[in-house]
Amino acid sequence: MEHIPILKLGDFLLVSIQVDMHDRLALTLQDDLTEQIVKTRARGVLIDISSLEIVDSFMGRMLGNIAEMATLLDAKTVVVGMQPAVAITLVELGLSLKGVRTALNVEKGMALLQNEHAPGESHYGRPED
Amino acid sequence: MAVLKTETLPVRSTDDIVHVRQVTRQWAVQMGLSLVDQTKLVTAASELARNTVTYGGGGEVILEALNDINRRGVRLTFTDQGPGIPDITLALKDGYTTGGGMGLGLGGSKRLVNEFDIVSHAGEGTRVCITKWK
Repeated sequence: MEHIPILKLGDFLLVSIQVDMHDRLALTLQDDLTEQIVKTRARGVLIDISSLEIVDSFMGRMLGNIAEMATLLDAKTVVVGMQPAVAITLVELGLSLKGVRTALNVEKGMALLQNEHAPGESHYGRPED
Repeated sequence: MAVLKTETLPVRSTDDIVHVRQVTRQWAVQMGLSLVDQTKLVTAASELARNTVTYGGGGEVILEALNDINRRGVRLTFTDQGPGIPDITLALKDGYTTGGGMGLGLGGSKRLVNEFDIVSHAGEGTRVCITKWK
């Protein structure tokens, strides 16, 4: 079966969608990602869609689902590299990808994920000296 | 209005949806649509092709390259022999779905193209015709 490769980069998982996604491939990615989040204890997922020429409501829903599932598994999701024409089309389609965070490119997306997990920013405050 | 060329593609599986997207893109490029208009047309085609597969039980799409007096465009006509849509007004509303989707397919597609026409009869199937002009 066809799979989209998932790369591990430190605490994060990196996915770059390079092919025109058919529905089955999108669902496989959803399954693979959730499995890998648990297996690698990843704290964040970065999905690069810069090669995607369109995002229709099915793919939009898939991205939303991944973000939601990742949240339940204590990982953040950032979608990066959306083409301008895709953004315009998504808005007119009525799909706002609520709950999915975005960044312009991989670099900015990684920075976003890293900032959220910067050491010393624990909810329990700084460790006592 | 002249039809420059026409082609019929099957819309029966999710692989067909990908193929419809690719051919639609080629035609949109050939007719000189801008990148944004190409993207809108291909996205609408993807939504409607998925409807044909999911709700219509499969069907076909006819592509037409059009040449009007001073404009060119691409027309896609999706037909299926599925159960039909009992209430088209309701089906066009955002958020209405019977298939577990987001209910953006029909209404959303309508917003993405210049012309949108839908005919559906219960028990006989559905035909959706969209046109994007340059």
